[in-house]
Amino acid sequence: MIQLENVTKVFSGKKGSIQALDDVSLHVKKGEIFGVIGYSGAGKSTLIRCANLLERPTTGTVKVNGVDLTALSPGKLREARQKIGMIFQGFNLLKTATVYDNVAIPLKLSGLNKQEVKERVEKYLEIVGLEQKHQAYPGELSGGQKQRVAIARALAHEPEVLLCDEATSALDPDTTEAILELLLKINRDLGITILLITHEMNVIQRICDRVAVMEQGQVIEQGTVMELFTTPQKATTKKFIGSVFSHNIPESTLTHLQGNGRIALLSFFGISSGEPALALVSKHFNVFPNILSGSIIQMKQEPYGQLLVHLRGDKEEVEKAIEFLIEKGVQVEGEDHYAVNIQRVS
Amino acid sequence: MPSTFSEFLNNWGEDIWAATIETFQMVSIALLVSIIIGLPLGILLVMTRPGKGMENKFVYQLLNIFINIIRSIPFIILLFFILPFTKWVVGTSIGVKGVIVPLVVYTAPYIARLMESAILEVDRGVVEAYEAMGIKTRNIIWHVLLRESRSSIILGLTIATIGLIGATAMAGLVGGGGLGDLAYRFGHLRYEADVMYVTVALLIILVQGLQSLGNAAAARLKKD
Repeated sequence: MIQLENVTKVFSGKKGSIQALDDVSLHVKKGEIFGVIGYSGAGKSTLIRCANLLERPTTGTVKVNGVDLTALSPGKLREARQKIGMIFQGFNLLKTATVYDNVAIPLKLSGLNKQEVKERVEKYLEIVGLEQKHQAYPGELSGGQKQRVAIARALAHEPEVLLCDEATSALDPDTTEAILELLLKINRDLGITILLITHEMNVIQRICDRVAVMEQGQVIEQGTVMELFTTPQKATTKKFIGSVFSHNIPESTLTHLQGNGRIALLSFFGISSGEPALALVSKHFNVFPNILSGSIIQMKQEPYGQLLVHLRGDKEEVEKAIEFLIEKGVQVEGEDHYAVNIQRVS
Repeated sequence: MPSTFSEFLNNWGEDIWAATIETFQMVSIALLVSIIIGLPLGILLVMTRPGKGMENKFVYQLLNIFINIIRSIPFIILLFFILPFTKWVVGTSIGVKGVIVPLVVYTAPYIARLMESAILEVDRGVVEAYEAMGIKTRNIIWHVLLRESRSSIILGLTIATIGLIGATAMAGLVGGGGLGDLAYRFGHLRYEADVMYVTVALLIILVQGLQSLGNAAAARLKKD
Protein backbone atom coordinates (compact mmCIF):
# COMPACT_ATOMS: atom_id res chain seq x y z
CA MET A 1 0.00 0.00 0.00
CA ILE A 2 2.80 2.37 0.89
CA GLN A 3 6.15 1.65 -0.67
CA LEU A 4 9.19 3.72 0.07
CA GLU A 5 12.10 2.65 -2.12
CA ASN A 6 15.64 3.76 -1.35
CA VAL A 7 14.45 7.08 0.00
CA THR A 8 17.14 9.58 0.90
CA LYS A 9 16.53 13.05 2.24
CA VAL A 10 19.25 15.63 2.66
CA PHE A 11 18.52 19.01 4.20
CA SER A 12 21.11 21.49 3.09
CA GLY A 13 21.49 24.62 5.13
CA LYS A 14 24.09 27.31 5.64
CA LYS A 15 26.01 25.19 8.11
CA GLY A 16 26.34 22.22 5.80
CA SER A 17 23.87 19.49 5.06
CA ILE A 18 22.13 16.97 7.26
CA GLN A 19 21.18 13.56 6.03
CA ALA A 20 17.80 12.92 7.63
CA LEU A 21 17.04 9.74 5.70
CA ASP A 22 19.68 7.37 4.45
CA ASP A 23 18.48 4.87 1.87
CA VAL A 24 15.26 3.86 3.61
CA SER A 25 12.97 1.24 2.13
CA LEU A 26 9.66 0.33 3.70
CA HIS A 27 6.65 -1.63 2.50
CA VAL A 28 3.42 -1.15 4.35
CA LYS A 29 0.89 -3.80 3.39
CA LYS A 30 -2.76 -3.08 2.76
CA GLY A 31 -4.84 -3.26 5.92
CA GLU A 32 -2.02 -3.40 8.43
CA ILE A 33 -0.87 -1.01 11.11
CA PHE A 34 2.81 -0.33 10.61
CA GLY A 35 4.79 1.46 13.28
CA VAL A 36 8.11 3.24 13.02
CA ILE A 37 9.87 3.78 16.31
CA GLY A 38 12.99 5.75 17.07
CA TYR A 39 14.42 8.39 19.34
CA SER A 40 14.04 12.03 18.38
CA GLY A 41 16.34 12.95 15.55
CA ALA A 42 16.27 9.43 14.13
CA GLY A 43 14.51 10.68 11.00
CA LYS A 44 11.11 9.12 11.58
CA SER A 45 9.30 12.45 11.27
CA THR A 46 10.96 13.12 7.92
CA LEU A 47 10.08 9.59 6.90
CA ILE A 48 6.35 9.96 7.48
CA ARG A 49 6.36 13.38 5.82
CA CYS A 50 7.92 11.76 2.77
CA ALA A 51 5.00 9.34 2.58
CA ASN A 52 2.68 12.12 1.36
CA LEU A 53 5.46 14.28 -0.02
CA LEU A 54 5.09 17.07 2.53
CA GLU A 55 8.82 16.52 2.33
CA ARG A 56 10.08 15.64 -1.13
CA PRO A 57 12.76 12.92 -1.00
CA THR A 58 16.16 13.89 -2.41
CA THR A 59 16.32 10.52 -4.14
CA GLY A 60 14.12 7.45 -4.16
CA THR A 61 10.46 6.85 -4.88
CA VAL A 62 7.31 6.90 -2.82
CA LYS A 63 4.39 4.80 -4.01
CA VAL A 64 0.99 4.88 -2.39
CA ASN A 65 -1.55 2.40 -3.71
CA GLY A 66 0.69 1.77 -6.72
CA VAL A 67 0.97 5.43 -7.73
CA ASP A 68 4.42 6.98 -7.72
CA LEU A 69 3.84 10.28 -5.92
CA THR A 70 7.26 11.65 -6.83
CA ALA A 71 6.32 11.57 -10.52
CA LEU A 72 3.00 13.43 -10.18
CA SER A 73 2.25 16.99 -11.26
CA PRO A 74 1.26 19.40 -8.45
CA GLY A 75 -2.43 19.07 -9.38
CA LYS A 76 -2.35 15.28 -9.47
CA LEU A 77 -0.40 15.20 -6.23
CA ARG A 78 -3.15 17.24 -4.56
CA GLU A 79 -5.70 14.71 -5.79
CA ALA A 80 -3.62 11.81 -4.52
CA ARG A 81 -3.20 13.48 -1.13
CA GLN A 82 -6.95 13.58 -0.63
CA LYS A 83 -6.78 9.81 -0.31
CA ILE A 84 -3.99 9.97 2.26
CA GLY A 85 -5.18 11.14 5.64
CA MET A 86 -2.77 12.55 8.19
CA ILE A 87 -2.97 13.38 11.89
CA PHE A 88 -0.39 15.24 13.91
CA GLN A 89 1.02 15.59 17.40
CA GLY A 90 -0.25 19.18 17.57
CA PHE A 91 -3.73 18.37 16.16
CA ASN A 92 -3.52 21.33 13.74
CA LEU A 93 -7.15 22.40 13.86
CA LEU A 94 -8.57 25.77 12.92
CA LYS A 95 -8.97 27.64 16.21
CA THR A 96 -11.58 29.94 14.71
CA ALA A 97 -13.86 27.17 13.46
CA THR A 98 -16.28 24.89 15.30
CA VAL A 99 -15.74 21.14 15.44
CA TYR A 100 -18.29 20.78 12.66
CA ASP A 101 -16.58 23.34 10.43
CA ASN A 102 -13.15 21.91 11.11
CA VAL A 103 -14.30 18.72 9.43
CA ALA A 104 -16.57 20.40 6.89
CA ILE A 105 -14.28 23.13 5.48
CA PRO A 106 -11.67 20.82 3.89
CA LEU A 107 -14.50 18.74 2.41
CA LYS A 108 -16.13 21.81 0.86
CA LEU A 109 -12.77 22.89 -0.51
CA SER A 110 -12.33 19.46 -2.07
CA GLY A 111 -15.49 20.05 -4.07
CA LEU A 112 -18.15 18.05 -2.24
CA ASN A 113 -21.67 19.45 -2.30
CA LYS A 114 -23.46 20.65 0.81
CA GLN A 115 -25.48 17.49 1.36
CA GLU A 116 -22.47 15.18 1.01
CA VAL A 117 -20.45 17.38 3.36
CA LYS A 118 -23.19 17.27 5.98
CA GLU A 119 -23.57 13.50 5.76
CA ARG A 120 -19.86 12.86 6.01
CA VAL A 121 -19.27 15.27 8.88
CA GLU A 122 -22.08 13.71 10.87
CA LYS A 123 -20.96 10.18 10.08
CA TYR A 124 -17.32 10.65 11.02
CA LEU A 125 -17.91 12.80 14.08
CA GLU A 126 -20.09 9.98 15.32
CA ILE A 127 -17.37 7.41 14.62
CA VAL A 128 -14.90 9.36 16.75
CA GLY A 129 -17.55 9.89 19.43
CA LEU A 130 -18.02 13.64 19.16
CA GLU A 131 -21.61 13.81 17.93
CA GLN A 132 -22.45 16.00 20.93
CA LYS A 133 -19.74 18.55 20.22
CA HIS A 134 -20.61 19.90 16.74
CA GLN A 135 -20.76 23.52 17.82
CA ALA A 136 -17.80 23.54 20.24
CA TYR A 137 -14.59 25.37 19.39
CA PRO A 138 -11.23 23.56 19.69
CA GLY A 139 -10.31 25.87 22.59
CA GLU A 140 -13.13 24.29 24.60
CA LEU A 141 -11.96 20.72 24.01
CA SER A 142 -9.47 18.47 25.78
CA GLY A 143 -6.37 17.19 23.97
CA GLY A 144 -7.95 13.83 23.31
CA GLN A 145 -11.09 15.42 21.90
CA LYS A 146 -9.01 17.66 19.64
CA GLN A 147 -7.21 14.63 18.28
CA ARG A 148 -10.60 13.00 17.67
CA VAL A 149 -11.65 16.01 15.61
CA ALA A 150 -8.41 15.74 13.64
CA ILE A 151 -9.06 12.03 13.08
CA ALA A 152 -12.61 12.76 11.90
CA ARG A 153 -11.25 15.44 9.56
CA ALA A 154 -8.77 12.96 8.10
CA LEU A 155 -11.33 10.15 7.80
CA ALA A 156 -13.98 12.36 6.22
CA HIS A 157 -12.01 12.31 2.98
CA GLU A 158 -12.45 8.52 3.11
CA PRO A 159 -8.75 7.85 2.65
CA GLU A 160 -7.12 4.50 2.01
CA VAL A 161 -4.18 5.34 4.22
CA LEU A 162 -3.82 7.20 7.49
CA LEU A 163 -0.47 8.68 8.51
CA CYS A 164 -0.05 9.36 12.23
CA ASP A 165 2.77 11.72 13.12
CA GLU A 166 3.33 11.20 16.88
CA ALA A 167 -0.45 11.38 17.25
CA THR A 168 -0.49 10.39 20.91
CA SER A 169 2.71 12.00 22.11
CA ALA A 170 0.97 15.08 23.50
CA LEU A 171 -1.66 13.08 25.37
CA ASP A 172 -1.80 11.59 28.86
CA PRO A 173 -1.69 7.77 29.24
CA ASP A 174 -5.47 7.27 29.57
CA THR A 175 -6.21 9.46 26.56
CA THR A 176 -3.43 7.78 24.60
CA GLU A 177 -5.08 4.44 25.32
CA ALA A 178 -8.46 5.72 24.11
CA ILE A 179 -7.00 7.18 20.90
CA LEU A 180 -5.12 3.93 20.21
CA GLU A 181 -8.40 2.05 20.65
CA LEU A 182 -9.96 4.39 18.13
CA LEU A 183 -7.13 3.82 15.64
CA LEU A 184 -7.55 0.06 16.03
CA LYS A 185 -11.27 0.43 15.39
CA ILE A 186 -10.66 2.52 12.28
CA ASN A 187 -8.19 -0.04 10.98
CA ARG A 188 -10.51 -2.94 11.71
CA ASP A 189 -13.88 -1.51 10.71
CA LEU A 190 -12.95 0.82 7.85
CA GLY A 191 -10.00 -1.20 6.59
CA ILE A 192 -7.72 1.81 6.53
CA THR A 193 -4.00 1.10 6.37
CA ILE A 194 -2.13 3.00 9.07
CA LEU A 195 1.49 4.13 9.10
CA LEU A 196 2.47 5.69 12.40
CA ILE A 197 5.62 7.01 13.95
CA THR A 198 6.24 7.19 17.66
CA HIS A 199 8.89 7.11 20.33
CA GLU A 200 6.69 5.18 22.71
CA MET A 201 7.04 1.41 22.70
CA ASN A 202 3.59 0.91 24.22
CA VAL A 203 2.02 2.41 21.08
CA ILE A 204 3.83 -0.16 18.93
CA GLN A 205 3.06 -3.05 21.25
CA ARG A 206 -0.59 -2.11 21.61
CA ILE A 207 -1.75 -1.67 18.02
CA CYS A 208 0.96 -2.42 15.45
CA ASP A 209 1.27 -5.50 13.27
CA ARG A 210 4.73 -4.72 12.01
CA VAL A 211 7.39 -2.33 13.13
CA ALA A 212 10.60 -0.71 11.92
CA VAL A 213 13.23 0.70 14.24
CA MET A 214 15.04 3.80 13.04
CA GLU A 215 18.37 5.24 14.04
CA GLN A 216 20.41 7.96 12.36
CA GLY A 217 18.22 8.08 9.30
CA GLN A 218 18.29 4.35 8.70
CA VAL A 219 15.93 1.49 9.37
CA ILE A 220 18.10 -0.75 11.51
CA GLU A 221 15.60 -3.50 12.11
CA GLN A 222 12.11 -4.43 11.00
CA GLY A 223 9.66 -7.29 11.32
CA THR A 224 6.48 -8.27 13.04
CA VAL A 225 6.00 -6.85 16.50
CA MET A 226 6.25 -10.38 17.87
CA GLU A 227 9.57 -11.01 16.17
CA LEU A 228 10.93 -7.78 17.50
CA PHE A 229 9.87 -8.54 21.04
CA THR A 230 11.14 -12.10 21.03
CA THR A 231 14.32 -11.75 19.00
CA PRO A 232 15.54 -8.17 19.03
CA GLN A 233 18.88 -7.80 17.25
CA LYS A 234 20.07 -4.25 17.75
CA ALA A 235 20.89 -2.49 21.00
CA THR A 236 18.38 0.31 20.31
CA THR A 237 15.60 -2.21 19.80
CA LYS A 238 16.48 -3.92 23.05
CA LYS A 239 16.41 -0.58 24.80
CA PHE A 240 12.92 0.13 23.51
CA ILE A 241 11.72 -3.27 24.64
CA GLY A 242 13.41 -2.71 27.97
CA SER A 243 11.27 0.41 28.34
CA VAL A 244 8.24 -1.85 28.54
CA PHE A 245 9.80 -4.56 30.70
CA SER A 246 12.16 -3.34 33.31
CA HIS A 247 13.57 -6.04 35.54
CA ASN A 248 15.49 -3.98 37.99
CA ILE A 249 17.17 -6.44 40.29
CA PRO A 250 20.19 -5.30 42.26
CA GLU A 251 23.41 -6.76 40.94
CA SER A 252 24.32 -8.06 44.40
CA THR A 253 21.11 -10.08 44.67
CA LEU A 254 21.82 -11.62 41.29
CA THR A 255 25.33 -12.68 42.21
CA HIS A 256 24.09 -14.04 45.50
CA LEU A 257 21.42 -16.18 43.80
CA GLN A 258 23.57 -17.38 40.94
CA GLY A 259 25.57 -19.72 43.16
CA ASN A 260 22.52 -21.79 43.89
CA GLY A 261 20.73 -22.80 40.67
CA ARG A 262 20.30 -20.33 37.85
CA ILE A 263 18.51 -17.19 36.80
CA ALA A 264 16.45 -17.30 33.63
CA LEU A 265 14.29 -14.90 31.74
CA LEU A 266 11.11 -16.62 30.61
CA SER A 267 8.97 -15.08 27.91
CA PHE A 268 5.67 -16.44 26.77
CA PHE A 269 2.95 -15.61 24.31
CA GLY A 270 -0.77 -15.98 24.38
CA ILE A 271 -1.80 -19.48 25.28
CA SER A 272 1.30 -20.49 27.22
CA SER A 273 0.74 -17.54 29.51
CA GLY A 274 -2.50 -19.17 30.55
CA GLU A 275 -0.90 -22.48 31.49
CA PRO A 276 0.76 -22.80 34.85
CA ALA A 277 4.03 -24.06 33.37
CA LEU A 278 6.06 -22.70 36.22
CA ALA A 279 3.87 -24.39 38.80
CA LEU A 280 4.27 -27.65 36.93
CA VAL A 281 8.03 -27.27 37.07
CA SER A 282 8.07 -27.40 40.81
CA LYS A 283 5.74 -30.38 40.76
CA HIS A 284 7.65 -32.50 38.22
CA PHE A 285 11.21 -31.59 39.12
CA ASN A 286 13.12 -30.99 42.25
CA VAL A 287 13.35 -27.31 41.46
CA PHE A 288 11.98 -24.31 43.31
CA PRO A 289 11.18 -21.41 41.06
CA ASN A 290 11.27 -18.02 42.65
CA ILE A 291 9.89 -15.09 40.66
CA LEU A 292 12.14 -12.06 40.93
CA SER A 293 10.23 -9.79 38.64
CA GLY A 294 7.69 -10.01 35.90
CA SER A 295 4.98 -8.39 33.86
CA ILE A 296 2.48 -9.17 31.17
CA ILE A 297 1.55 -6.70 28.46
CA GLN A 298 -1.38 -6.73 26.12
CA MET A 299 -0.19 -6.88 22.52
CA LYS A 300 -2.48 -6.37 19.57
CA GLN A 301 -3.06 -10.12 19.02
CA GLU A 302 -2.35 -11.73 22.36
CA PRO A 303 -0.75 -11.11 25.69
CA TYR A 304 3.01 -11.31 26.04
CA GLY A 305 4.76 -11.78 29.34
CA GLN A 306 8.24 -11.86 30.76
CA LEU A 307 9.25 -13.39 34.07
CA LEU A 308 12.67 -13.23 35.62
CA VAL A 309 12.96 -16.30 37.79
CA HIS A 310 15.50 -17.94 39.96
CA LEU A 311 15.39 -21.72 39.60
CA ARG A 312 16.85 -23.18 42.74
CA GLY A 313 17.98 -26.79 42.64
CA ASP A 314 20.64 -29.16 41.33
CA LYS A 315 22.18 -28.29 38.02
CA GLU A 316 20.75 -31.38 36.35
CA GLU A 317 17.23 -30.83 37.62
CA VAL A 318 17.35 -27.20 36.57
CA GLU A 319 18.44 -28.17 33.06
CA LYS A 320 15.55 -30.61 32.83
CA ALA A 321 13.13 -28.00 34.10
CA ILE A 322 14.29 -25.55 31.46
CA GLU A 323 13.89 -28.11 28.74
CA PHE A 324 10.38 -28.76 30.00
CA LEU A 325 9.58 -25.04 29.87
CA ILE A 326 10.86 -24.79 26.29
CA GLU A 327 8.70 -27.75 25.41
CA LYS A 328 5.72 -25.90 26.84
CA GLY A 329 6.37 -23.05 24.42
CA VAL A 330 8.12 -20.76 26.86
CA GLN A 331 11.15 -18.89 25.62
CA VAL A 332 14.06 -19.17 28.00
CA GLU A 333 16.90 -16.72 27.91
CA GLY A 334 20.25 -16.21 29.46
CA GLU A 335 21.90 -16.07 32.79
CA ASP A 336 22.02 -12.37 32.92
CA HIS A 337 19.57 -10.10 31.21
CA TYR A 338 21.84 -7.12 31.69
CA ALA A 339 24.24 -8.41 29.07
CA VAL A 340 23.62 -6.90 25.67
CA ASN A 341 24.10 -10.19 23.88
CA ILE A 342 21.91 -12.59 25.72
CA GLN A 343 23.06 -16.18 25.43
CA ARG A 344 20.16 -18.41 24.56
CA VAL A 345 20.07 -21.45 26.81
CA SER A 346 18.69 -23.76 24.16
CA MET B 1 -15.45 84.04 22.38
CA PRO B 2 -18.98 82.67 22.12
CA SER B 3 -20.78 82.79 25.43
CA THR B 4 -22.94 79.70 25.01
CA PHE B 5 -22.66 76.32 23.39
CA SER B 6 -25.56 77.01 21.00
CA GLU B 7 -23.90 80.20 19.86
CA PHE B 8 -20.73 78.22 19.16
CA LEU B 9 -22.71 75.68 17.23
CA ASN B 10 -24.36 78.44 15.21
CA ASN B 11 -21.01 79.89 14.32
CA TRP B 12 -19.02 76.70 13.74
CA GLY B 13 -21.44 73.81 13.58
CA GLU B 14 -21.61 73.71 9.83
CA ASP B 15 -17.86 73.94 9.35
CA ILE B 16 -17.19 71.23 11.93
CA TRP B 17 -19.82 68.97 10.40
CA ALA B 18 -18.40 69.47 6.92
CA ALA B 19 -14.88 68.83 8.19
CA THR B 20 -16.01 65.65 9.95
CA ILE B 21 -17.59 64.40 6.75
CA GLU B 22 -14.38 65.19 4.84
CA THR B 23 -12.31 63.30 7.38
CA PHE B 24 -14.62 60.31 7.11
CA GLN B 25 -14.46 60.47 3.33
CA MET B 26 -10.69 60.63 3.19
CA VAL B 27 -10.22 57.92 5.81
CA SER B 28 -12.76 55.50 4.38
CA ILE B 29 -11.74 55.81 0.74
CA ALA B 30 -8.01 55.76 1.50
CA LEU B 31 -8.50 52.83 3.90
CA LEU B 32 -10.45 50.82 1.39
CA VAL B 33 -7.92 51.33 -1.41
CA SER B 34 -5.05 50.70 1.01
CA ILE B 35 -6.55 47.39 2.11
CA ILE B 36 -7.08 46.35 -1.49
CA ILE B 37 -3.40 47.01 -2.14
CA GLY B 38 -1.91 46.24 1.26
CA LEU B 39 -3.57 42.92 2.10
CA PRO B 40 -2.36 41.10 -1.04
CA LEU B 41 1.10 42.61 -0.51
CA GLY B 42 1.09 41.31 3.06
CA ILE B 43 0.10 37.84 1.82
CA LEU B 44 2.81 38.02 -0.84
CA LEU B 45 5.35 38.99 1.82
CA VAL B 46 4.44 35.88 3.79
CA MET B 47 4.16 33.46 0.89
CA THR B 48 7.42 34.43 -0.85
CA ARG B 49 9.38 34.27 2.40
CA PRO B 50 12.19 31.69 2.47
CA GLY B 51 10.76 28.31 3.43
CA LYS B 52 7.16 29.21 2.58
CA GLY B 53 4.84 27.94 -0.13
CA MET B 54 5.80 30.26 -2.98
CA GLU B 55 9.37 30.97 -1.89
CA ASN B 56 10.88 33.63 -4.13
CA LYS B 57 13.91 35.50 -2.86
CA PHE B 58 13.77 38.14 -5.56
CA VAL B 59 10.11 39.15 -5.11
CA TYR B 60 10.42 38.98 -1.35
CA GLN B 61 13.51 41.18 -1.14
CA LEU B 62 12.23 43.66 -3.72
CA LEU B 63 8.94 44.05 -1.87
CA ASN B 64 10.73 44.30 1.43
CA ILE B 65 13.02 47.10 0.28
CA PHE B 66 10.23 48.94 -1.54
CA ILE B 67 8.00 48.92 1.54
CA ASN B 68 10.84 49.99 3.80
CA ILE B 69 11.71 52.92 1.55
CA ILE B 70 8.17 54.27 1.49
CA ARG B 71 7.76 53.71 5.19
CA SER B 72 10.93 55.74 5.88
CA ILE B 73 9.44 58.92 4.45
CA PRO B 74 7.37 61.05 6.85
CA PHE B 75 3.90 61.71 5.50
CA ILE B 76 4.31 65.48 5.31
CA ILE B 77 7.29 65.01 2.98
CA LEU B 78 5.70 62.17 1.03
CA LEU B 79 2.72 64.42 0.38
CA PHE B 80 4.84 66.87 -1.64
CA PHE B 81 7.39 64.38 -2.87
CA ILE B 82 4.84 62.42 -4.89
CA LEU B 83 2.87 65.42 -6.19
CA PRO B 84 3.62 64.62 -9.86
CA PHE B 85 2.59 61.03 -9.31
CA THR B 86 -0.65 62.15 -7.66
CA LYS B 87 -1.41 64.43 -10.56
CA TRP B 88 -0.70 61.64 -13.01
CA VAL B 89 -3.01 59.19 -11.21
CA VAL B 90 -6.07 61.32 -10.43
CA GLY B 91 -5.48 64.39 -12.61
CA THR B 92 -5.27 66.79 -9.69
CA SER B 93 -3.11 67.23 -6.65
CA ILE B 94 -5.57 69.20 -4.51
CA GLY B 95 -8.82 68.54 -2.71
CA VAL B 96 -10.04 65.25 -1.26
CA LYS B 97 -9.28 63.54 -4.56
CA GLY B 98 -5.73 64.82 -4.59
CA VAL B 99 -5.09 63.73 -1.05
CA ILE B 100 -6.33 60.15 -1.41
CA VAL B 101 -3.26 59.15 -3.46
CA PRO B 102 -0.60 60.13 -0.92
CA LEU B 103 -2.76 58.72 1.88
CA VAL B 104 -2.88 55.39 0.08
CA VAL B 105 0.83 55.44 -0.75
CA TYR B 106 1.46 56.11 2.92
CA THR B 107 -0.98 53.56 4.35
CA ALA B 108 -0.87 50.59 1.97
CA PRO B 109 2.73 49.56 2.82
CA TYR B 110 1.92 50.02 6.50
CA ILE B 111 -1.07 47.72 6.15
CA ALA B 112 1.07 45.24 4.21
CA ARG B 113 3.47 45.05 7.18
CA LEU B 114 0.65 44.73 9.70
CA MET B 115 -0.99 41.98 7.65
CA GLU B 116 2.35 40.22 7.27
CA SER B 117 2.88 40.04 11.01
CA ALA B 118 -0.73 38.99 11.60
CA ILE B 119 -0.52 36.15 9.08
CA LEU B 120 2.87 35.00 10.36
CA GLU B 121 1.21 34.25 13.69
CA VAL B 122 -0.82 31.45 12.11
CA ASP B 123 0.36 28.01 13.20
CA ARG B 124 2.49 26.48 10.45
CA GLY B 125 1.08 23.07 11.36
CA VAL B 126 -2.45 23.97 10.31
CA VAL B 127 -1.21 25.04 6.89
CA GLU B 128 0.66 21.77 6.66
CA ALA B 129 -2.45 19.80 7.60
CA TYR B 130 -4.33 21.49 4.75
CA GLU B 131 -1.48 20.86 2.33
CA ALA B 132 -1.59 17.22 3.38
CA MET B 133 -5.30 17.13 2.55
CA GLY B 134 -4.58 18.32 -0.98
CA ILE B 135 -6.15 21.77 -0.61
CA LYS B 136 -5.18 24.40 -3.18
CA THR B 137 -2.83 27.18 -2.09
CA ARG B 138 -5.34 29.95 -2.76
CA ASN B 139 -7.90 28.17 -0.60
CA ILE B 140 -5.31 27.76 2.14
CA ILE B 141 -4.61 31.50 2.00
CA TRP B 142 -8.28 32.35 2.29
CA HIS B 143 -9.61 29.62 4.58
CA VAL B 144 -6.62 29.08 6.81
CA LEU B 145 -4.23 32.03 6.80
CA LEU B 146 -6.74 34.88 6.66
CA ARG B 147 -9.36 33.11 8.70
CA GLU B 148 -7.01 32.16 11.51
CA SER B 149 -5.40 35.60 11.64
CA ARG B 150 -8.65 37.58 11.33
CA SER B 151 -8.51 38.78 14.91
CA SER B 152 -4.97 40.15 14.47
CA ILE B 153 -5.95 41.55 11.08
CA ILE B 154 -8.77 43.57 12.66
CA LEU B 155 -6.43 44.92 15.33
CA GLY B 156 -3.88 45.79 12.65
CA LEU B 157 -6.49 47.59 10.57
CA THR B 158 -7.58 49.52 13.64
CA ILE B 159 -4.01 50.72 14.14
CA ALA B 160 -3.76 51.59 10.45
CA THR B 161 -7.04 53.53 10.52
CA ILE B 162 -5.96 55.59 13.50
CA GLY B 163 -2.66 56.34 11.77
CA LEU B 164 -4.63 57.33 8.71
CA ILE B 165 -6.75 59.78 10.71
CA GLY B 166 -3.53 61.40 11.90
CA ALA B 167 -2.27 61.64 8.33
CA THR B 168 -5.49 63.27 7.09
CA ALA B 169 -4.84 66.14 9.50
CA MET B 170 -1.77 67.01 7.44
CA ALA B 171 -3.69 66.54 4.24
CA GLY B 172 -5.28 69.92 4.87
CA LEU B 173 -2.08 71.42 3.52
CA VAL B 174 -3.01 70.42 -0.02
CA GLY B 175 -6.59 71.48 0.43
CA GLY B 176 -7.97 68.14 1.51
CA GLY B 177 -9.96 69.64 4.33
CA GLY B 178 -11.05 67.61 7.32
CA LEU B 179 -10.94 68.05 11.08
CA GLY B 180 -7.19 68.43 11.33
CA ASP B 181 -7.23 71.14 8.70
CA LEU B 182 -10.05 72.95 10.53
CA ALA B 183 -8.16 72.88 13.80
CA TYR B 184 -5.01 74.13 12.10
CA ARG B 185 -6.50 76.90 9.99
CA PHE B 186 -9.01 78.35 12.43
CA GLY B 187 -7.72 77.17 15.76
CA HIS B 188 -4.05 77.87 15.16
CA LEU B 189 -3.77 80.44 12.41
CA ARG B 190 -6.80 82.49 13.47
CA TYR B 191 -6.56 82.03 17.23
CA GLU B 192 -10.03 80.46 17.54
CA ALA B 193 -9.02 78.27 20.48
CA ASP B 194 -12.54 76.84 20.94
CA VAL B 195 -12.52 75.38 17.44
CA MET B 196 -9.21 73.73 18.21
CA TYR B 197 -10.53 72.26 21.48
CA VAL B 198 -13.70 70.95 19.89
CA THR B 199 -11.94 69.34 16.93
CA VAL B 200 -9.34 67.78 19.21
CA ALA B 201 -12.14 66.47 21.41
CA LEU B 202 -13.88 65.05 18.35
CA LEU B 203 -10.69 63.38 17.18
CA ILE B 204 -10.13 61.86 20.63
CA ILE B 205 -13.68 60.48 20.67
CA LEU B 206 -13.21 59.14 17.16
CA VAL B 207 -9.95 57.37 17.95
CA GLN B 208 -11.18 56.01 21.28
CA GLY B 209 -14.35 54.77 19.66
CA LEU B 210 -12.48 53.11 16.81
CA GLN B 211 -10.02 51.38 19.12
CA SER B 212 -12.80 50.06 21.35
CA LEU B 213 -14.69 48.86 18.31
CA GLY B 214 -11.58 47.17 16.94
CA ASN B 215 -10.81 45.50 20.25
CA ALA B 216 -14.36 44.27 20.63
CA ALA B 217 -14.48 42.89 17.09
CA ALA B 218 -11.10 41.19 17.50
CA ALA B 219 -12.19 39.61 20.78
CA ARG B 220 -15.39 38.33 19.20
CA LEU B 221 -13.51 36.75 16.31
CA LYS B 222 -10.91 35.14 18.53
CA LYS B 223 -12.12 31.74 19.65
CA ASP B 224 -9.29 30.33 21.69
